[in-house]
Amino acid sequence: MMILFYALCAVGILALVFGVILGFAAVRFRVESDPIVEQIDAILPQTQCGQCGYPGCRPYAEAIANGDEVNKCPPGGDATVKKLADLMGVEATPLAGGEQAEPEKKVAYIREDECIGCTKCIQACPVDAIVGATRQMHTVLIDECTGCDLCVDPCPVDCIDMVPVAQTKQTWKWQLQAIPVTQID
Amino acid sequence: MKLNMMSSPYKHSHKSLTTVMLMVALAAVPGILAQCYFFGTGVLIQLVLALVCVTLFEAGVLYLRGRPVWHTLQDGSAWLTGLLLAVSIPPLAPWWVIVLGCFFAIVFVKQLYGGLGGNLFNPAMAGYVLLLVSFPVQMTSWLPPAELMHHQVSLVDELAMIFSNYTQSGYSLEQLRSNVDGITMATPLDTLRTDVSHGLTVAESMTKPVFTETAGLGWQWVNAAYLLGGLLLLQQRVINWHIPVAMLGALSLCASIGYIFDSGNQPGLAFHLLSGATMLGAFFIATDPVSASTTNRGRLIYGAAIGVIVYLIRSFGGYPDAVAFAVLLMNMAVPLIDHYTQPRTYGHGAKS
Amino acid sequence: MDSLLARISRGQLWPSPGGVHPPVNKSQSNSLPIHILPLPPRLVLPVKQHIGAQGHLLVNVHEQVLKGQALTKPHANWSVPVHAPTSGRIIDITPMPSAHPSALPELSIIIEPDGEDRWCELVPHPNYRELTAERLVDILHFAGISGMGGAGFPTYIKASTKQQIDVLIINGAECEPYISADDVLMQAHSEEIVRGIEVLRHLLQPKLTLIAIEDDKPKAIAAMEQACANIDDMQVRAIPTKYPSGGEKQLIQILTSKEVPAGGIPADIGVLVQNVGTMYAIQQAVELGKPLIERVVTVTGDTLAEQRNVWALLGTEVKHLLTQQGFTPEPMQRVIMGGPMMGFTLPTVRIPVVKTTNCILAPSEAEMPMPGEERACIRCSACADACPASLLPQQLQWFAKTKEYKKLEEHQLFDCIECGACAYVCPSEIPLVQYYRVAKAEIREQQIEQIKSERAKERFEARKERLEREQEERRNRHKRPRRSTEQDSQSKEKVAEALARVKRKQADKSDDKDKVAAAIARAKAKKAGEQLEPDNSDVAQERAARKEQARLYKEQKQQSGTSEPDAKDDKKAAVAAAIARAKAKKAAQAEDADAPAQDDKKAAVAAAIARAKAKKAAQAKDADAPAQDDKKAAVAAAIARAKAKKAAKAAEAGDTQAETSGDVTTPAPEQSPEDKKKAAVAAAIARAKAKKAAQAAAEPPTEQYADADTASSEAQSPEEKKKAAVAAAIARAKAKKAAKAAEAGDDTNPPAPEQSPEDKKKAAVAAAIARAKAKKAARDAANNSDDEDPS
Repeated sequence: MMILFYALCAVGILALVFGVILGFAAVRFRVESDPIVEQIDAILPQTQCGQCGYPGCRPYAEAIANGDEVNKCPPGGDATVKKLADLMGVEATPLAGGEQAEPEKKVAYIREDECIGCTKCIQACPVDAIVGATRQMHTVLIDECTGCDLCVDPCPVDCIDMVPVAQTKQTWKWQLQAIPVTQID
Repeated sequence: MKLNMMSSPYKHSHKSLTTVMLMVALAAVPGILAQCYFFGTGVLIQLVLALVCVTLFEAGVLYLRGRPVWHTLQDGSAWLTGLLLAVSIPPLAPWWVIVLGCFFAIVFVKQLYGGLGGNLFNPAMAGYVLLLVSFPVQMTSWLPPAELMHHQVSLVDELAMIFSNYTQSGYSLEQLRSNVDGITMATPLDTLRTDVSHGLTVAESMTKPVFTETAGLGWQWVNAAYLLGGLLLLQQRVINWHIPVAMLGALSLCASIGYIFDSGNQPGLAFHLLSGATMLGAFFIATDPVSASTTNRGRLIYGAAIGVIVYLIRSFGGYPDAVAFAVLLMNMAVPLIDHYTQPRTYGHGAKS
Repeated sequence: MDSLLARISRGQLWPSPGGVHPPVNKSQSNSLPIHILPLPPRLVLPVKQHIGAQGHLLVNVHEQVLKGQALTKPHANWSVPVHAPTSGRIIDITPMPSAHPSALPELSIIIEPDGEDRWCELVPHPNYRELTAERLVDILHFAGISGMGGAGFPTYIKASTKQQIDVLIINGAECEPYISADDVLMQAHSEEIVRGIEVLRHLLQPKLTLIAIEDDKPKAIAAMEQACANIDDMQVRAIPTKYPSGGEKQLIQILTSKEVPAGGIPADIGVLVQNVGTMYAIQQAVELGKPLIERVVTVTGDTLAEQRNVWALLGTEVKHLLTQQGFTPEPMQRVIMGGPMMGFTLPTVRIPVVKTTNCILAPSEAEMPMPGEERACIRCSACADACPASLLPQQLQWFAKTKEYKKLEEHQLFDCIECGACAYVCPSEIPLVQYYRVAKAEIREQQIEQIKSERAKERFEARKERLEREQEERRNRHKRPRRSTEQDSQSKEKVAEALARVKRKQADKSDDKDKVAAAIARAKAKKAGEQLEPDNSDVAQERAARKEQARLYKEQKQQSGTSEPDAKDDKKAAVAAAIARAKAKKAAQAEDADAPAQDDKKAAVAAAIARAKAKKAAQAKDADAPAQDDKKAAVAAAIARAKAKKAAKAAEAGDTQAETSGDVTTPAPEQSPEDKKKAAVAAAIARAKAKKAAQAAAEPPTEQYADADTASSEAQSPEEKKKAAVAAAIARAKAKKAAKAAEAGDDTNPPAPEQSPEDKKKAAVAAAIARAKAKKAARDAANNSDDEDPS
């Protein structure tokens, strides 16, 4: 009978000791990691296009942190969905809206003959990639344009085109399909 | 004119997968022949059974997985697994032993982990361990060397034994295995272990007819034959020297140290190297590239650890032969070993 | 380094890890002397054949050029010129498929040889030692010399390195099978090569020069040894034949035991490596003045009748080389530019030879069988044993297949030199190098994407900040505390003025533009006449008067007892503030002839706004959302103002007089050509009407719809629902009328002959806008009526 008592005491004391050690370690050796919203935001492509239904990438990141679906970002493509799914520990569902495999990179182009200088597109651009002023010519800075499409609708004379980015030797990529290779997986 | 587009390189050394597997199988032939000579042709029957079973099981699983059946079978890896399993089990074990072993090895250990290249454990050894643990009687019913056998068995007898548990003349396996005095003869390793646990010294135990001067009768020649095959593989650059050398070296070291400290109960270097499945394990089983470590430094560690574990289990563990367990244990450690033994890349670290 | 140097000069060699021994296959091509080809029918010269930027074009189409004439001029850093390989006429300068795995088009100069092969004027420098280093480097630069071993690094940059070079290595190893271009060059022109090396030695002053040649080229070794026999500190080193010991990094390791640090260049460890072909080109350029216009190319492969090395002019199309050697293509023929381990297949034989082309390989199927199907990796690590950079190819392959880019970088994917030794030995015939290339491209693209998205994020944040700041400022203007700053007093005064004006307007509803103008003029005068230090007494008096006024006004409002006094106040204040803001802005600009006219216009606009406001105020009594109405009114007013301004601008092409806005019925004091005014006015009317209709139709909680919406949202009696339907119908009709008005507006724009094209365009544009708006209005009206379908 006493043995039982001793055994219980011993185990209890051990548990107490280890609990104290763990608690101390949890505080003393705490690792400051990025808040989850920052990590999600870092994965999103920052086009600020609003196609996910949120006004920008940061609000969508916050929504994902609160449990929203991860498959709402078409510019990010399937790669982003997968990364977000990995990060959030949820299943990687296909892109909402059935997007094609690789969203083509596009930039906006203003047909300057038709531009009336109304600044509507300037107000719409989330990254200020359009240069211009009232009654002055507007033009798109290609390096800054993320291809989000938000400027096309506000234009009253419909003079903005979305043009695919041309491929140069520097941006050309080797493709797996160009050679006769059968992948096992 | 239409030109074909490809990616470099355009030449290949043409050492293909099938070639590698076939060469390993060829190198095992001396050992199989030695087994036939000393222990009868039962091993050949098991071999045929094994090859048929693995082909069927692998084809079946590939078909279910939707993979090209003949193309994948052609790489020969399933046949090699069957061969290794067939030579590891007692030659007159019942037919369902080999069938079960092949089923487990191919379907569970190999294909369910992703097929060739995807398995974590050595399929043949995992199958062997399953059989050993589930059917200890059948898996320890090794025949004594032919010259010690009281009743001779022919091929037909063997077939009958395997498929019906009795020879044509009506003898059971137990009877075949007993000597004149009616005591069942075990393998040299088993005999030694039992004797030592009963208090006999090694020297005393090794006076029994199942032993020769150095090691077990018959078994030492089987091991020597496998050593020959292994050296052939090394010369043909099919396997790297790291694993066999490390394993045998570690085993030798441990055996020598054990012998120095306790020569009464420890059999010594030659015995360990030439008995049981030592040579088979060192050159054919531990070197299985899929489940072994991939870096050269890692291979040294892997092989050495297998050698140490083999020695420990043989001397202090519960089973007479330990190669299978040692290999499986080290298979589990391979990802860790690989992670910590990456070679230093050109331009990084020391010399730059 | 000294004892190391001693060991190196004694001839010690160090082992390099990995490597394979493919069959050499050079005997087919290295037994014949270098052949000089007949001139091809045309030469296609890419303007950029090196790592760096292309030069500026010096020539035009249809120009005659001489052999060796510079066709481009270097301008930016790292730009190397190209020269005409033979005399002839330039028939085109256009993008042509490039000598690159992608075969993407790049700008090329197409020359049609005239057969005369006339040299331009050459400037040899046999006494180059008397030249300054800069001059000598310039000679190399302007001769168009870039690395001919395969990378295409501009030679003048290497030759002018500021770092101390201890060992100069001349790479004659040529480790890749089939290629024998350097071999025969060394056999035939060893003297010139050594003289070229001397030029470089003069520039770099290395302590030791080594010429590395693989030991399967005994004749080349002998020739080079003879050529440099009398030169101190220059030795020929025969290295064991192994692929890829000719790679720059591996060669340095073999000859000096040092490793080039990752991400660094050999000059960081005091070593410089150059190809023998480049040395020959240097000698030709410096001693004879000849620019780089041709190179030795090995043309080999069993589909050719004769395999040999040729002197190929740069720009010769591969087709010419192949047909000259008797090419019989097979089905599934491959034509490879480069060797069998690192070359790339060409999609067409019309690709030109460039400065980095060392071999054209046209193998037969028997010579180089097509690869079998890829199998699973068995982790045999034959690839790791073969890798010269001590990488783990099978790990890289696992990660490349699963796209784990971080792990790939941790396993040093970018240290892979893509030599192909791993894929050469793989028993499962996995195309390892292809996976790495794809992965490298993906990672590079990801890095660029990352940078871009960082930029986009920054700009987005900055924009958000800017908008918030503007919003803050706008809010603060409302409730700015009374401070005795002159700016403050100014605006407050203006507000009071505006209030007074508005009140008066509302009272008598007359166009007191003159009064307004007077008030504005007063304000302007004040502003113009004031000094930086205002007279406080005046201001104090003004302030007192204002306070009185404001109090009176407030009392009045309280007595009037409208349903939303606050709303009206806010609305008025907002409008007045807007007006005042605009006025302040205008007042702050310099006075000129336009000013009074602008003010007139502004006054007219203000009147218009007042009218619109009044109308809206009348309707505001029924509104549920007063604040929204006010804001809307303000917005509408602002938009109308803007439109009016634009219409005015459209009308005053060249005129210094301002025109009246569209909505205003009062005539402007000055007249301008009738047609212009009419057109502008009509367009503006149409615009404004359409805009109003659109607004009215588009926003559900507007005055017209407020009832309808609230009615439909709650469970109402059928009568109320009918009312809602009626309201919707009215709205629809209004929108339709607006659309028609817009159409009509177009028709009242007769194309007058005095109208300048610009005006015409502007009018057309305005009409287009109006049309679009009307369309949208009609659509929205239809939508809204659908929404309010009475059940």
